Formats: sequence, structure tokens, C-alpha cells
Amino acid sequence: MLMNKLEFINLLPGILLAGASVLVMLVIAFKRNHKLAYMISGFSLLGVFYYLLAYAATKTFSVEPLFIVDGFGTFNTILIVISTLAIVMLSYPYFEQREERKEEYYILLLLATLGAAMLVISKHFVSLFLGLEILSVALYSMIAYLRKRERSDEAGIKYLILAAFSSAFLLFGMALVYSETGSMDFSGIAETIKSKESLSLILLAGFGLMIVGVGFKLGVVPFHMWTPDVYEGAPAPVTAFIATVSKGGMIALLVRFFTQVDGYHYPTLVLIFVVIAITSMFVGNLLALRQNNVKRILAYSSIAHLGYILVAFLAGNESGVEAISFYLTAYFITSIGAFGIITILSDTDRDAERMEDYQGLFWRRPFMAAALTAMLLSLAGIPLTAGFVGKFYLLASGVSTGLWLLVVALAVNSVIGLYYYIKIIAVMFEQPKVEEADKLNPTMYVVSVSTVSILTLLLVWFGIQPQAMIVWIKSLLAGSIMN
Amino acid sequence: MTGGVLAWIASRWSSSVCRWISLVAMIINFVIVIVLWIESFSFMEQTGSPWLIKFTEPWVPSFGIDFSFALDGLSLLMLVLTFFLGILAVLTSWKEIQYKTGFFHFNLLWVIAGITGVFLTVDLFMFYFFWEVMLIPMYFLIGIWGHENRTYAAYKFFIFTQASGLLMLLAILGLYFIHGNQTGTYTFDYFQLLNTPLSLKVARWLMLGFLAAFIVKLPVVPFHTWLPDAHTEAPTAGSLILAGLLLKTGAYGLLRFVVPLFPEAAVEIAPWAMLLGVVGIIYGAILAFAQTDLKRLVAYTSVSHMGFVMLGVFAFNELALQGVVMQMITHGISTGALFILAGSLYERIHTRDITTMGGFWAKVPFMGTVALVFVLASLGLPGLGNFVAEFLTLIGAWQSNPILTVFATLGLVAATVYSLRIMQKVFLGPELINKILPDFSVREKIIMVPLVVAIIWLGLFPQPVLNTTKKVIEQVQINVEFLIEAKASHTSDHLDKHQGIKSEGGAYE
Repeated sequence: MLMNKLEFINLLPGILLAGASVLVMLVIAFKRNHKLAYMISGFSLLGVFYYLLAYAATKTFSVEPLFIVDGFGTFNTILIVISTLAIVMLSYPYFEQREERKEEYYILLLLATLGAAMLVISKHFVSLFLGLEILSVALYSMIAYLRKRERSDEAGIKYLILAAFSSAFLLFGMALVYSETGSMDFSGIAETIKSKESLSLILLAGFGLMIVGVGFKLGVVPFHMWTPDVYEGAPAPVTAFIATVSKGGMIALLVRFFTQVDGYHYPTLVLIFVVIAITSMFVGNLLALRQNNVKRILAYSSIAHLGYILVAFLAGNESGVEAISFYLTAYFITSIGAFGIITILSDTDRDAERMEDYQGLFWRRPFMAAALTAMLLSLAGIPLTAGFVGKFYLLASGVSTGLWLLVVALAVNSVIGLYYYIKIIAVMFEQPKVEEADKLNPTMYVVSVSTVSILTLLLVWFGIQPQAMIVWIKSLLAGSIMN
Repeated sequence: MTGGVLAWIASRWSSSVCRWISLVAMIINFVIVIVLWIESFSFMEQTGSPWLIKFTEPWVPSFGIDFSFALDGLSLLMLVLTFFLGILAVLTSWKEIQYKTGFFHFNLLWVIAGITGVFLTVDLFMFYFFWEVMLIPMYFLIGIWGHENRTYAAYKFFIFTQASGLLMLLAILGLYFIHGNQTGTYTFDYFQLLNTPLSLKVARWLMLGFLAAFIVKLPVVPFHTWLPDAHTEAPTAGSLILAGLLLKTGAYGLLRFVVPLFPEAAVEIAPWAMLLGVVGIIYGAILAFAQTDLKRLVAYTSVSHMGFVMLGVFAFNELALQGVVMQMITHGISTGALFILAGSLYERIHTRDITTMGGFWAKVPFMGTVALVFVLASLGLPGLGNFVAEFLTLIGAWQSNPILTVFATLGLVAATVYSLRIMQKVFLGPELINKILPDFSVREKIIMVPLVVAIIWLGLFPQPVLNTTKKVIEQVQINVEFLIEAKASHTSDHLDKHQGIKSEGGAYE
């Protein structure tokens, strides 16, 4: 089937991303140049971002049978692209100091972005699976990209095995759903299910298996085991990518699928998600309390944050989707910012992940410490930051639908979470130690520092003036996903 | 005003002149507030409304959040207290804080800004916002410039208040949605939410959410454990602000939000709340007597004094409520002064252990005299401010619950014991340390003399203060009384309405 013009216009972001990765590959074949690869990826992402903003689809347009380009999808694509752009900015200085062959990283990064961007606009099992695999396969090698580091390799293999397993679960689940409904299209499935009065056993098993696959990608309890190890082992910019783009894409897909199928009508499914949400919050936060490695703390905290997002997801109304969108934005800014600071502070030996690396940071590098403090306070949901507005939005959507159990769990967990965020902050404000034996000596780059500054400014801006962002989200989401 | 406070915070970082900057800023604010106060007397004669000034600017319209402030007699008095103690806090830390001075003042001013916001705002979201804003700098104040065990104390303080604050946020959200469902306007505006009809059951839960935040802050006995730690470990200015101002935000919240928003539920819980208040009075007094650490001792007296606030608020009559307001102010002054004394003793002899002190009177007569005044104030000697406060509270409470009032009065006896013990151990008795103790310097005299004047003035002429808050208090009290009377007549009508809400909410449970 040939593509018509309209379809082409709507899928252009994806095509551009794919083209950019091919271009980077060709350039590498011709001549290796880190800066060039970096520039190409940076500019192509910027181009896609501009394209999306300028021609953002206000009307829903579906590319049969695989994709649907609507406000929700566009919003998430924009989020993904801009996050990747920020990560590219952080990656350049990071890899410039390290690996011999650093150019391929950008191919992988662009491919992973492509996968995530396909994921958020897919409305069919095939595009879902393809998007997911493009994302995962690229991630395998990105995680293990620093080959000389043992833990990087270990993390890569761990992720490879578990992700392959989870994909298998997902596929099997899809197969079961298909066998029962005879359709792989989301809306087709929804129609078939609607005609039945209750979920059959096979269908339930199918959804269950799919939840396993999705849950793994999101890193929610009980599928969270990989998160801390992979976060710790992967290079800091890659960790930022996993924490944001990979998880955010999956959340968007989950929201789309679940609302289309109208899973809120089936108590079993809702119950499963309630349990997942609550255990994720508690397990994530409680385990984070015992960690001394900053990357691992952030890993556990991301488990908890996914649990928070599920609260709004379970609210299952328009304000829930808005809340998710806003929270994702805040969470993306914060995570990239936090990992960005880790990236900046890392040197060639290892990443800045130990608590001691941060001791007295405030007196040595006040700006970095202030930025990290802002990020952590935002994760903890303290006012004046975007995280606070996001958390408020989540709570509001939960309260509006009367999910008191979840809302109270969220509030309790915010307090638990506060403890370890404060712990890091407290360390930064301590007196620096006298002996400087194991100190890291990072080189600062203008690009990464300015990226972090922009993120911090955005964070505070959205914390003080969320109105513009909320209106924008509302206008994009209007009439897209819930009907 | 808050805008002003925030604006010059930025300039705080660099220079060592930050002390002067913050001092001047505080004084400017103080003068503004005093002028407002003087104006308010004539203003109140003219109009019937208790609100003096209102200012509203939309902030996040899609949530119905407004940047709205309003000033009435109660908040005005609280602001006077805030900036008065603010000036003193800057002055006391003049010599104590030598380390990272700029950042210290930055935090100090942020706390004051947060407190100012809490006292002024009439938007529930903004209230929560400021409630949180004052926490973080306070955390830093304790955590960076505190004494030995500061990290622990700072954690404890932060987590206690944050947890209870979140419960309040949930209650605020609950109220917001119930109001929105019924009227169609989703707003956090205090005046609109005031008239939300609530079923007793819902109101009870929501009130507990608010109450959690305020009684942790106040603190009422089972939730008081953060206070001795935080007060003891904080630097002097920190203790001053904690005792003088942060605790008052809890009391203010009770008066401003809990009682007006949920009168029925508040009436219902009143006996229990008063009981907790009395337990606090006696428990605090007994523990205060048992302490050897001077700052800890003073901290426990705060627990005891705040018990009176709890007792008075839930007695629901004009006398008791007036007493509560007086108590808030006089306690701020007297306890603040005691903390400053403890701080200056610590500066001189580097210990807070009163068993090692003694016989200081001969060496530092000025300090001794000042201490005597405040010790007597804290035990409630007539002629000093605290007496007026406690006396009014007790008379008011007697009308609603005589038995508990009797026990509360016992607390006064205990107060005499622990207060005199301070004098006895520190200033009288045998000399245990042979050191040359310098008496108060000029700067310290500048701090202390206004405090002494204030407490005596409040003791002899409390009328201006009482007049300022009269309108507010009447409003609160009329509401509650009206409710108690009306309860019998239209219970049936109310119930029907609420059944509807309940079934609506029940569907999701």
C-alpha cells in the first residue's frame, strides 16, 4: 500500500527520526567524528520538535491500521523528543571523555526514541510490539555501552534476558487476546469485549500476561527487580533515558489501551492495578531508604513514582489523563535533571553515585548542589517546584473519583520518600571532608551545565506558573483519548 | 508585603552586609504592620466587617486557585508578632552565626515569608503552599546551624510536620471537590468554602485532616515529640522562631480554619480536644520540671502553654478565645525571651545543663532581672501578659467544662514549680563555675528591653489587643453558637441533604 500525503505528514516525525539514525550510520561509515554525529542527532531532534510544535495535530488522524495521531499521542511524542534532545546534550560531554567508539551511541539513541514515539501513537498490537522491540533492542546495547565497565555489561545482560522474557509474556498475552477477540486493533478488541457481559478466562489470562510485559517495562512491583541494577550499571545519560522516555512511552500506551478497551469496568483488572500501584509505592520507597548509592536511590524512587502515576491512571477520567501528562512532564524534567547532574559530576573512572561524592557539594559547587536540591525537592513534591503541582494534580484526580485508599497511600509514601531525598540534600550541605583521596575530578562542559540550568528553570517555572502548561495539555488532550 | 520579603532574598547571598539588609527589611515590615494596626482602630469603627484588606489575583484559574490575601484583626496581630520576633531573631544571631551567614539569613527570611503568607492567605491551596514553604528553610536552620544532635532533630521536625501537612492537603482537596460537586464552582477560596454544607460524617473526616496538621504543629501531647528535639538543637534564632511563630501557625489554623469550616464536627470533638489540651498542660509541666537541659526545659513549657490554646479554642466562648489570642502573643514573647536567655548563656559558658550552673545573679544582675521577669511571666504572675491570657482562657473554659478547667489550673501550680526552678538553679544557689561572665552587651539589651516592655504592657493594658481581634472572635463564636442552637431545629432537613452526598461518594468506595 502506498502512503498518501496526509499519512506522510502525520508520520513525518517518525520518518525523520529513522532517517536521522540512518544518516548518522552513513556518516560513521564515511568518517568517524563524534561532534558530527552529535550535531546531526541534535539538529534532527530539534527539527522534529519544531515540526511537532508547529504542525501539532489538533485533529485526530489515524493511519490505518497501525497508528493514530491525536493530541495525546502528539503530546507524548513532543515530550519524548524534547527529553531525548536534553539527553543528547548531556551525552556529548559524557562520552567525549570516555569511550573509543562513541558515534554509534547516537544511532541507538535515535532508534530508541523512534521506538518510543511509535509506541505512543500505536493503536494496533503489531505497531505496539514493533515499537517496543525497537526501543528495547536499542536499549540493550546502550546500557552495556561502556564495555570496559563490568557493571555496565552486567546490567546490559540482565536487561536483555529479562526484557526478552517480558516481551515473550507480552506476545503470548496478545496472542490469547487475539484468539478470543479475533482482532489486533485496539478498537476492534474493545468492540468484541463490549458485546460480552464478562471477561472469559482466556481473555483474562491474556490481559494478565500483557500486564506482566507492560509492568516489566514500567518497572513496577513485582516486576521491578531489574531497575536498581540497570540504573546503577548503565551510563548516567542512558539511565536518564530509561527513567524517562522508555517508561513514559509505556505509560502513554497503557493509558491508551486501557481506556479504549475500557478496562475500568472490570473489577479484576482494576484490582490488579490497585495492588501494583500500592505495592510499588511502598516497596520503592521502603527499599530506597536502605540505599547508599544515589543512582539506586533514584531507581527505587522511580518505582515509587510509577506507582503514583498509576493512581491518576486508575482515576480513569479526563483529569486523570491530564494529571498523568503533567506529572510525566514534571517527572521527565526532574529525572533528566537529576541524572544530568550525576553525569556532570562523573569523571572517567566511575559515575558520581556514592553518597560521599556529594558530601559538602553545596560549598564546593553551589550551583550544581542547588540544582540537585531543586530536583530532589521536586521529586519529593515540595511547593515551588513542578513536582509539587504534579503531585497535587495526581491527588486531585484521585480524590475527585474517591480513590481514598490510593490517595492516602500516596500521601503516606510522599512522607517516606521525603526521608531519603532529604538525606541526600543533608549530605550536600554537610561540611566537606578534609581528605580528598577518592574525589572525582569531573570536567565541566558548557552544554551540559546549561542544559541542567534550563531544566532547573523550567522546574521552578512550572512550579510557580503551571497555568500555561495545564492549558496547553488540556487543549491538546481535548477530545482525544477519552472519547 | 510578602513579595517584598521574597524580592530582596536574592541579594542576600553575597555580602556580609546581609545582616543589615535583613534587619532593615524586618524593621520596614514591622513599621508597615504597626501603621496598619493603628489605622485599623478607626477603620473598625466605621465598618462592620472584620476584614480590613483584601487582595486577590488569579494564579491557576483552571484549579480555582487564587493568589489571595486578606487581613483581619487576628492576622494583623500575628503579623505584628511575626515581625517583632523577626527583628529580634536577626539581632540574636548577630554574633552567634559566624558560619555561612548569607545562607543563614536567606533561610531566616524565607521562614518569615512563609509564616507571613500563612497568616495572610485566604486561599486554602495557598495556605498549604505557605505551610510547606516555611518548612524547608526551617529544616536548614536546624540542620546546618543547630547544636550537636541537629541532623536527627531536623529530620524529625520535617517528617512530622510534612506528614501531617499532607493529611491537611487531602482534607483540603476533599473539601474542594465536595464544594465543587455541589455548587459547580471549583475553588479554594476560603470565603466560598465556608458555606459548604457537609454531612457530619464527611465533616468529621475532613476536620481530622486539618486537625492533624495543626495539632502536630501546636503541638498537642501525643504528637509533641518533635518539639523538644527541634527546639533544643536549633540555633537561638531558630528556637525563637519555632516557639514564637511556628507554633502559632497551628493555633491560628485552629481558629481560622478548623472551627469556622467544620463547626459541627468541632463542637462534637471539643471535649476530647479540651482533654488533650489539659493533658498537654500537665504533662508538659511535669516533664519541664524533670529536664536538666535549659532549652529542653523551655521547650516543654511550650508544650504546657500550648495546652491552654487547645483548651481555649474548643471552649467556644468569647472569653476563652480572647485568652487564646493573648496566649499566642504572650507565649511568643515570653518563651522567645527565655530561649534568647538560654542562647546567651550558652554563648558564655557553652553548656545548657542547669545542674552545672548556679549563682549567676551576682555576676550578671541585668540578665538575672530579665530572666526573673520572664520566669514570672511564664508562671502567670498578675501584671504580666501571660496572666491575662491564662486567666481569660480558664474563665472561658470554666463555662464549658469545669472539671477539666480545674485540672488545667493545676497546671499553673506546676508552672510555678518549674519556673522557679530555673531561677533557683541558674541564678541563685552556690556558684559552680568560676568564670568571668560578662553581663548583657548593648545589643542584647536592645533585644531584651523591648521584650520586657512588651510583656508588661500586655499584662497591664491588654485592651488594644483584645479590641483588635474582637470582631474576628465574635464571628467565630456566633457561628458556633448559632449552630448549636440551630442544630435541634433543622437536623432533619440537613440529614436529607447529606444522605444524597453520601450515596454519591459511596459508589466509589
